[in-house]
This record gives sequence, structure tokens and C-alpha cells, in this order.
Amino acid sequence: MTDTPLLDASGVAKSFGAVKALTDARLTVARGEVVALMGANGAGKSTFVKILTGALRPDRGRVLIRGQEARVGSPRGARRSGLVPVYQEPSLIPDLDVMDNLRLGDTPVDPFRHWVEALGIKGLRLTDLIGDLPLATLRILDLARALAAEPDVLLLDEMTAALPTDLVERVLETVRAKADAGLGVIYVSHRFTEISRLCDRATVLRDGRTVGELPIEPGVEDRAVELMLGETIDLGQRDAATLQAVRRGTPRLAVRGLAAAPKLQDVSFDLHAGEVLGVVALEGQGQDELFDVLAGFRKPTGGTVSVDGQAASFAHPADAIAAGLSYVPGNRAEALLAQRSVRENIALPFSARMRDWGPLRLRHERARVAHAIEKLQIDTRAQGEVQRLSGGNQQKVTIGRWLATGVETLLLFDPTRGIDVRTKRQIYPLVRELAEQGAAVLFYTSELAEVPLACDRAVVIFGGRVVDVIEAGAADEATLMRAAYGLTAQEGAA
Amino acid sequence: MSAFLRKHAWVIGLAVLLAVLLGITKAIQPGFGASGLESLARAALPFAFATAGMAVVVIVGGIDLSVASMMAVCAVTAAVLMERMAGVPALMIVLGVGLAMGLINGALIVLTRVPDIVVTLAMLFVWEGVALLILESPGGNTADWLERATRGFVGIDLLPKPFVIMAICIALVWVPIRRSKLGLSIYAVGSDEMAAFRSGVPVGWTKVAAYGICGLFCAMGGLSLAALTGIGEPVPGPYLMASVAAVVLGGVVLGGGKGGLLGPIIAVFILRIIRTILTLMAVDPNVTTIVEGVIMVGVVMLGTALTLRGRRS
Amino acid sequence: MSMADTDTPLVRFGRVLRDNPMIPLIAFLLLLIAVLEVMRPGIVMPFRIGRDGLISSFWLGNLIKFAIPLAMLAACQVLTMLTAGIDLSVGVVATVSAFVCATLSSIWGVPQAVMMALACGLVVGLVNGFGVGIVRVHPLIMTLGTGLIATGCLQVYQRYVINAGSEIPAFLEWLGTGRTMGMPNGLFLFLPFAAFILWLMRYTGFGRNLFALGSNETAAKLSGVKSWQVLMALYALSGLIAALTGLLYLGMIRAPSLSLANPLLLPSVAAAVIGGTSIFGGRGSFAGAIVGALILRVLDTMLTLLQMPEGARTALFGLIILAVTALYVRITGTR
Repeated sequence: MTDTPLLDASGVAKSFGAVKALTDARLTVARGEVVALMGANGAGKSTFVKILTGALRPDRGRVLIRGQEARVGSPRGARRSGLVPVYQEPSLIPDLDVMDNLRLGDTPVDPFRHWVEALGIKGLRLTDLIGDLPLATLRILDLARALAAEPDVLLLDEMTAALPTDLVERVLETVRAKADAGLGVIYVSHRFTEISRLCDRATVLRDGRTVGELPIEPGVEDRAVELMLGETIDLGQRDAATLQAVRRGTPRLAVRGLAAAPKLQDVSFDLHAGEVLGVVALEGQGQDELFDVLAGFRKPTGGTVSVDGQAASFAHPADAIAAGLSYVPGNRAEALLAQRSVRENIALPFSARMRDWGPLRLRHERARVAHAIEKLQIDTRAQGEVQRLSGGNQQKVTIGRWLATGVETLLLFDPTRGIDVRTKRQIYPLVRELAEQGAAVLFYTSELAEVPLACDRAVVIFGGRVVDVIEAGAADEATLMRAAYGLTAQEGAA
Repeated sequence: MSAFLRKHAWVIGLAVLLAVLLGITKAIQPGFGASGLESLARAALPFAFATAGMAVVVIVGGIDLSVASMMAVCAVTAAVLMERMAGVPALMIVLGVGLAMGLINGALIVLTRVPDIVVTLAMLFVWEGVALLILESPGGNTADWLERATRGFVGIDLLPKPFVIMAICIALVWVPIRRSKLGLSIYAVGSDEMAAFRSGVPVGWTKVAAYGICGLFCAMGGLSLAALTGIGEPVPGPYLMASVAAVVLGGVVLGGGKGGLLGPIIAVFILRIIRTILTLMAVDPNVTTIVEGVIMVGVVMLGTALTLRGRRS
Repeated sequence: MSMADTDTPLVRFGRVLRDNPMIPLIAFLLLLIAVLEVMRPGIVMPFRIGRDGLISSFWLGNLIKFAIPLAMLAACQVLTMLTAGIDLSVGVVATVSAFVCATLSSIWGVPQAVMMALACGLVVGLVNGFGVGIVRVHPLIMTLGTGLIATGCLQVYQRYVINAGSEIPAFLEWLGTGRTMGMPNGLFLFLPFAAFILWLMRYTGFGRNLFALGSNETAAKLSGVKSWQVLMALYALSGLIAALTGLLYLGMIRAPSLSLANPLLLPSVAAAVIGGTSIFGGRGSFAGAIVGALILRVLDTMLTLLQMPEGARTALFGLIILAVTALYVRITGTR
């Protein structure tokens, strides 16, 4: 019986419509083993986690727990089979007190108390309302609740992200001790330091596939980074003289000490007309907030933004648009009118202002839309409803909307997420061309390999602050990856 | 003690407000006493049950626009049945009918995946039609004891019988549920559906149960309507807006998870007594309707604005 | 997780219907009329031996005549539903407008009375727009509430004018009851009205914004659309249309009462939903709603012929709304 792994997932595949999130994911966890699950953003980690915990059903493949096919249709089913997850976000009910939350999940109280204290939380009362507790405490309560359920396999998904260092220590110690006593642990994390301390093995996902299983040993970081990155293409760089000319004069967009609590702390940079500035960051480092503020979606809690030297503040996206800032959000679903035609989607900004509520200028509209469609090579065979287009063509529509109105400053948030390679390769030159024609482009991407392809330089954000600025020529993926993981910053401090 | 005060601040505030309004009533009309209280409690009876039902579905994160229609169905069913058969079995059947209607509402919401507000809007008309089918025009008859149960006092002269009955009925249904796992699940689903699902709560069943409880309260409301009028009235009364307003005023957040039944019930009495005061001040009853309407819409608007603000921060 | 099953035959069939909603609608209307003809031979057919065509064109004219106010109120529902809203105050607004016009005509004169009636609709609409667009109350609750208040106001108002008597302006009576070549004169109002609504929805920036808000409010916001402006204008327009309908209905019924147009509320929602307008926003057609109104009127005739009681009709309307929305959710997999 010692040979049967506690958890054995193989050949797991899952698609959402045309998007293949997972193609062939594998993962095994033996008794007493802590396995790190790693992968760059968009590699399929979160989908895999959802399948393991029963929130999603796989299209293919199987998940065995202690050699038995786990019919995990719901979190309840997963729990009954012995796998207990601790999710990225707290899964306690905010309006109930601690005791009621335990009753809800049939968690035994005494073991729960034991684990809460072992994990370093003092003075917790069972009558405390969950909504009143600090986030770090909630993460610990989630973990204590999971441990009290006596699982065979524990899944920790970015569990330490919101924890202060002392609590991280306690968590790592407790989990390691529990593993040495026979528990199997899946540890999903971006943090190399924790992984190298806690884990025995690392399983690396890329493009929905398990591409490697590495033992944790010195130098594993480099090997893992290598595995997480894919193949590369090269478009060459713009020469330094041109860039220098571009960066002279008043920047189109100047950001100083921008903050949006809690994630965005202090970000400053200049973006000039004619330049593509990359933004590199792991998930949740404040880049979402940065783009929201610049697009007029969210009010900053500090710092200033100026456009062409003029101080600017945006109460509504309409204000940002008036200042020439066009925003393409990361989630296409946010930007598209799924049931409407390509033409209406592209022409949407034409009728936004109240003075444009009158009769449509159809000829003008048709010309501008046709121009954008041609420029982006949008496949319009299914133009009746945008939701019937492929992901890549949908993304082109969201960009095309701003080509039709005329671009001054383009804010692109991960425009290539989940789209096919061919479209990606159309988008990079397009972004560059726009810049060469005088637009300023801010380009966040979760795929580091894209930075040298599309950008002239990149700011790296970690923990809500700019930790590095890297010229495209020096922005090979390994450098970017290390910077994004805060490794350069740590080394610099050490 | 201070924690208790903090947790129940809103309800305590409402109770104080009610007391003040009672004082004002007494000041305007020194003769306001036992009989005034009794008629207030009688008038509030159907509103209280409608509000209790609405509160339960709002706590689970939904809304039920068909409360008034379900009450009408129950009222006519009671009036028709009690003409033909003994009171107690008829009473049981009416409660069963209410429960069944609520369960149907809930099941349709869960199964069709159509938003609750649309389903219950459609069901509003369906139940209204059913009430008309049972009894085309006001008629039927209710048992005498049912009518008597809403008159007079229990023990001392300050405790009107309708008030006591209302309190007992609601407590009998709600207290055991509130204490059980189902009650927890109702709050959990309304508070955070995703977290509830992850904690292993059967979300669909919980919603169906909550709508069922709402139907049960509506049956009680329908019975009280029949008892008050002595007949069955197939046209739904003005209970929808009133119950939503009382629920919001009573501290139950639209969107779910927060509040209880006590606050909304106190809110019902507050809204009723405002009407009494306006009447005592010899305000035209039609103007009273307008004032009431404005207060209700105002309360709902304020509640929505506060909910939105809370979500943003 | 309905995302995976996007291409079942049912979905594809649903698409065809969604792209051409008028085909099944008109087919259904014709089918109903055929059934009606079988139930009561002679009611529809224009040419029968021994009878002239007058009777049948009378039936057709009658059908259209009573479908017009319904279709006009359905326009309110189509427009508001495009933004995922609804306007449940239209019945009351139409009633208020009719009552105000009838009572004021004898006091102030007809033009002033008509202006006042329209102004009432505008005011209720603006209050709705404020609640929905700025405070963000759910449109259903908001419009129900303003309907309640407006009813109260109407009752108070009635006590002040109870002795003044009422007068129905002659041109409204002509519009409501007159006929030209067998067809109701109401068409003189309705045809331009329908053309205006169709134009508004398809060929103006305002119409585009309605569709955009209902399909995806975030996307509309991203493109610079300020939703409160659009919603404010929309509900004001809806109030105006309801008031206009009230005037026409007054000329048709010729007896102002405190609940004149209230029974039209539910059928107006049903007509919009049957006509292919989604209660979730972003999809709708006024042409469909017009056919929907005709279908409801034919159904009405049938149910009356079958001596179906009022209750069954009400319940049936409710079930139709639920069934059509549930079917829509099922075929498109969206909410």
C-alpha cells in the first residue's frame, strides 16, 4: 500500500469554448510529500486546482485519491474523498461568527482550536464575526479548519500571499511537520523561497501541460524558470538613437507616486509618445489597480497623473477618453457587447457623449469601422454577434474600437491572454506600428516572452512598487522572471 | 454587553423610534390606548407576515415579488374551504398551499436559472390568476374562532391578541430554523454564495427552502387577511412595496446575509403607526397613501445607496 | 458550467430564431388566426358567399385598434428592457394622463390639458430615471413604487376635480374611435410613432447606447457612456410614451376612471417578451413587440370565445413570460 500515491491525477484536460485551458496535466503526491505546483500566469494552474477540488469537471483524464477514482462533483465530494483545499480567497462566511462557520462545514471544534493556536493566533473567540477579523487571521482560520478535518491531501493555493512573515514561518513549520507525519500536500505558489524550504518536488505547468517534475535542490529556481517559459520569436529592437529622440520632451503620460489602496503602493514612470512601455508583474501586484486608475475606473488614494504636462484626474472613463487614454481591459468579456455586431462594438465610442445621441453618421462610421477591420485583419465572417468570433478576433475588436476613434495613448492590459499564436504575432507588430505613428502605449503582459517582442522597455512592479526598469534589449525572460519574483530586489538588498 | 449593543444597535434604534412614535401618538390623541393598540396590531398583522416572508428570502440573497399574490391565494383558499369544512384541517391545508407555492417559486429559480426577480414577477401574475380562479369575486366565509383570534387582549390590556399570535407564529417557524443548520445555510448563501458552496452548503436546496419558508409566512398572512375581513379577497393587496420597505428599514441588507426578522417586524409597526399618526392629524387618507409611498420609496432608495457604498469600500 | 456546451443543435436552432425572430412570430400569429377561424368560422375570412367583406375588415380593424395602445406601452417595456430594466409604472402613468386630460379639458382648454397630461408622464419618468440611473434602485422596485405614489396622487387630485366633470377632446375621440377605410384612425398616431421608435432604436446614438448598456454596462462605461444620462433620458421618454398612450386610450374608451389603463400593464410586458425582447437587456425589437401585441389580442379573443375566466388569462400571461425567459436562458446559456 505504500506504493500507491495519495493523489494521482493524469491526462487532465479542460476547454472553455474555444480556449483550451488544460491539455494534459499530471500531478502525483505520495504520503508525507509536499509538492509545489508551479506555472507562469495563464499556464492553467487555477483551472487544474478547480478540477482537483471538484469545482470543475474535467473533459478528460482522471483524478485518483488513494487509488480510488474520485468522483469530485462538488467541494463536498472532494472533502469526503480526503482532499481538503485552502483557497486563495478566504472561504469563510463574512456575516457569520467563527462557531457558526465551523458548524456549517461540520468541523470539530477542539482540533480546530488546537491548530489555530499552533499556527500562532492568540485570543481568537468563537463568537467573533468573520467579517471583523483581519485578512491574515482568516487565512490561518481557513488552514486550521482544513487541518481539523484530518485530510489525506491538503491543497494550499497561494495561501501565504496575505500573511506577515512571522505567520508564514508558523505555517511552513506546521505544514512541514504535518507532512512528515504522513500528510500529502500540494503547494501552489509563486514564491521560490517558500518552495525551496517546504517542498520535496515541484511540478511545472506550461500551456496547460505538465512539462516537468523537479526535485527541490540548489539551483532549482533557474531550471524551473526555464521550464515555465516557452519557445521564443524575435522581432528585433528599435535602435537606441530613435528611442532617445522619442523620449525627449514632455511625456504623454507622467505617473508620480501613484497609489490605490491596498495593492498599489507607489508607482512612478514616464510614457512618451512613440514608445511602448511594458509593465511586468506577477498576478496581484497592483497592476490591475494601476490600469483601473489610468482608465478612470477607480480613484487613486495618492499620487498624481499628468497628460502632456497637464495634471489630470478621471472621475469616469469618459474623462480618461477625453484626455486621449484608451483602455483595453484584460478580460475581453468586460469590453465587448457579446450579442451585438462587430460594427456596433467598434463604433460604440462614437455615440457615447450626449451630443452624439442624435442620428448616426452612418457613412463616416462605416468608413472608420472598415478601416479598423482592415488594419487588424479581423475575420468578419461571423460579424452578426461578436460572441461567435474566435478569442483572437474578439480581442482585435476591442483594440479596433480605439483604432477607429484614433489612438493617442493606448492602455493594453494583457491583450494576448488566451488567444492563438497567429493573432498574437499580428498584435505585436501592430502595437509597435501604432507607437511609430506617434501613439504612446502602456502594455501589461502576463507572458514575459512578449516584453522584448512588443516593448521598448519595461517597468517591473512587485508588491505595488516599481522594483526595476529594464530596457528591451536586456529584457530576456530569465531576467524579467527573476525581477518579477522580486529576486533582484532581494539580492540587491542582501 | 457592549458587543450585544453593537450587534443589535439597529434593532434597538428601531425599537426606540417605535416607542417615540407611540409617545407622539399618545400626545396627539390622549385617548389613544388599549383599543388603539389593538387596531394597530390588527392592521399590522398581514404586513408583519408578508415582511417576515420577504425578510427570509432577502436574507438568502433573493427577493420574492409574489408575496401579495400568494397571500391572496391563501386568503381565498381559506375562505372557500372554511365554508365547507372544519376550521383546523382547512387551516392546515392553507399552510400547506402556502408552503407549496413558495417551494415552487424557489424550485423554478434554481432549475431555470432565471433571476429571482424575473421568476417571481411572472409568478406574481400566476398566483394572482390562481386566486381569481379559486374565487372570482370577494366571498366565502371564515371560521368564527379565526376572526375572534384577532380581537381582544391576552391577560393585561396592553397586549393585543393579534400581536401575541403574530409573535408566536413567526417564532414557532423561525426560531427552530434559525438555530438549525438550515438557518446557518440561509445566512451563508446570502452572505457569500461562493464561500458557502466551498464550505459544502447545498446552495440550491437552501434557496428552495428559504422560498418555502416565505410561502409559509405568506399563508399565515393570507389567513390573517381572511380573519380580518371575514371573507376571501382575490385581488392582491399593497403588501409588496410595504414588505420590501419594512425589510430594508428593518436592517436586512438587499443582497443578503445580514439582519434578522425582529428588525423588519418592528419596522412594520413603525410604518403602520406613521399612518395612524397621519390619520389622527386629520390628513386626507389619500394624502396618507402618498406620504407612505414616498417614505417606502425613500427607504428603499436609501437602503440601495448604502448597500452600494458598502460594497465599494 | 455551461460554457463548454455552446454548440448543441438546440443552441443552433435558437440562433436561427434569434437572428430572425419575426419569422416564427408572424407564423405563430397566422396560426392563431387560422385556429380562430376554425373555432368561429367567418370571423376572419374576408370573402364569404352571401356576406360582404365588411364584417371581417371590422374584426381586423378592431384587432388593430385594441392592439395599438398595447403596442405603444410595449414600446416602453422594449426600450427599458434593452437596458435590462422594466417600467411597471406605465399603466398608472397612462391612467393619470388620461384622467388629467379629461378633467382639465373642461377647465383649462384642450391644448393646455394635453400638455399637462404629457408633463405628468414626464415627471414620473424623470423620478424613475433618478432612482434607477443615479441611486441605482432596481428598476422593478423603483417603477412599482412611483406607480404607487402616482396612484395616491391621482386619488387626491380626483377629490379636487370631482365636481368639474370631464370632457373628452374631440380629436382624441376621432383618433380613438374613428375609422378610415375600415381601419382605425389610431394608426395616424401609431404609424409615425412606430417609425420613430424603430428609427430611434436603430439609427441614433441614443439607441446604440441603450443596446450597449443592456449588453454590457462595463463595456459601455469603458467606451465613455455615462449610464445615468442614458437611463434618465430613457425613463423620461418611457413616461412620455405612456402618457401619450393614455391620451389615445382615453379617446378609445371615452370614460376616464382611476384604473383606466392599469390592466394594460401586464400584457405590455408580455407583448415585449413574446416579441423577442430579452428581459436581461441588449436584445429586443419593437417590430416584434407589435406582433406580440397582435398575438395577445388574438389570444384574448380566443380565450373569450372559450369563455376562459379572467384568472386563467392572468395566470397564462405570467406563465408565458416565465416560459419564454426560461427558454431564452436555456438556448443561449446566458443569463
